[in-house]
Amino acid sequence: MCTLEQRSNLFILTLTGNNQHRLSPTLIAAILSALRQVKSVATSGSVLITNSKGKFFSNGLDLPWALAAGCRVKALSRLSQMVESLVSFPIPTISVVQGHAAAAGFVLALSHDYMLMREDRGVLYMSEIDLGGCLPDYFTVLFRAKIGSGLARRDVVLGGRKVRGREAVEMGIVDGVWGGEERLGEAAVELAERLGARKWDGEVYQKMREGLYPELCVVLGAVTGRIQAKL
Amino acid sequence: MCTLEKRGNLFILTLTGDSDDDHRLNPALLATILSSLREAKSQATRGAVLITTSQGKFFSNGFDLGWPESAKRLHQMVQSFQPIVAELISLPMPTIAVVQGHAAAAGFALALCHDYVLMRSDKGVLYMSEVDLGLPLPEYFGVLFRAKVGSVSARRDVLLGGMKIRGAEAVRLGIVDGVHEGEEEVKEAGMRLGEELGNRKWDGGVYGEMRKGLYPELCGVLGLEVGKPVLPTL
Repeated sequence: MCTLEQRSNLFILTLTGNNQHRLSPTLIAAILSALRQVKSVATSGSVLITNSKGKFFSNGLDLPWALAAGCRVKALSRLSQMVESLVSFPIPTISVVQGHAAAAGFVLALSHDYMLMREDRGVLYMSEIDLGGCLPDYFTVLFRAKIGSGLARRDVVLGGRKVRGREAVEMGIVDGVWGGEERLGEAAVELAERLGARKWDGEVYQKMREGLYPELCVVLGAVTGRIQAKL
Repeated sequence: MCTLEKRGNLFILTLTGDSDDDHRLNPALLATILSSLREAKSQATRGAVLITTSQGKFFSNGFDLGWPESAKRLHQMVQSFQPIVAELISLPMPTIAVVQGHAAAAGFALALCHDYVLMRSDKGVLYMSEVDLGLPLPEYFGVLFRAKVGSVSARRDVLLGGMKIRGAEAVRLGIVDGVHEGEEEVKEAGMRLGEELGNRKWDGGVYGEMRKGLYPELCGVLGLEVGKPVLPTL
């Protein structure tokens, strides 16, 4: 499922197993619990790194569950709790995309402050248009909040484009790419250490992030009833 | 403090002081800046342009919060600075900030309120220090950054990452319009740009309304009315 380890001030959340890391109710619950755990022990200087193993970062929602009668809304609501938790996280967050990230998997990665990717493997892909599924409000607001280029958003959301590392940098979706899983991992740790050294106050950092994405906070608050950003 | 001089159709607002003065925005300086802006507005004619600059190592190092920094004092400063932002966003003439030194926090915000921002390539950084100082970002500051800095990753780097940005990087991030090497050079470039804009002889009233129309969210949070129809004088 997922593991959480602490290495001095770094919290490393890993989606384990050589599988597609489909976001099932169990995995989402495990991630949410890990995030809550980090929140409770994080101090100024802590950083969260979320990574995965194998060919996939995450291939999105567990489809049989999501498509089952009456479950789609519940699935998307559970997922929004995960996004909300990350958007209101009191420490810097980094997603390390070592493989394919599709649909809800792409959303999970994008919910972090910094996104690093492999240059030589993996694509980012919003598969919904190809699968004939609509996007919930908070997906599109997240994309507008995190991807500045209108053309990039059109290509990804409307065009169902499969975006490789280099292109993801050019489109302003990810912050950097590295060749090979090891180098990518090292780059993430290096970035985390640089961010951690700033020793930001958690409450200040959280409010600053919420202030960066007011529309996202409102729509997530509407879904989960929690975040209240001042508009 | 600050001086306002007129050279032809250019209004030059200068934060004065010796080379080490960090031009902290204290209540007295804020009041003087505000009255200077209103003075320039009252004397504006077609072709007028405002250039705001400073002297020495700093453009402005932000609010004068004293030590220890108090939440009450910060709140007062945030309130006092807001009319300056409102005045600059509605000013009936083009505005240029010539950032000849470091611009931090409210000092950075002050520069961003201008239509054009020029910076030195060899000296000075732009820096939103709030995240490092553990200070909350006023709401209208966030809106100002969203209005003026188009790149979402640049906004994240500046506000959430507390990045210190030198001239060339500021151009790359789309925060400033150009860089020049040396204090004299950047000030001369500011004057040249001022002349260029002045020669367009834009109707000030139309210009001000046009600018406000570009930034509706910012006008909203500042309480500025947008969309007053201004008939062109032909």
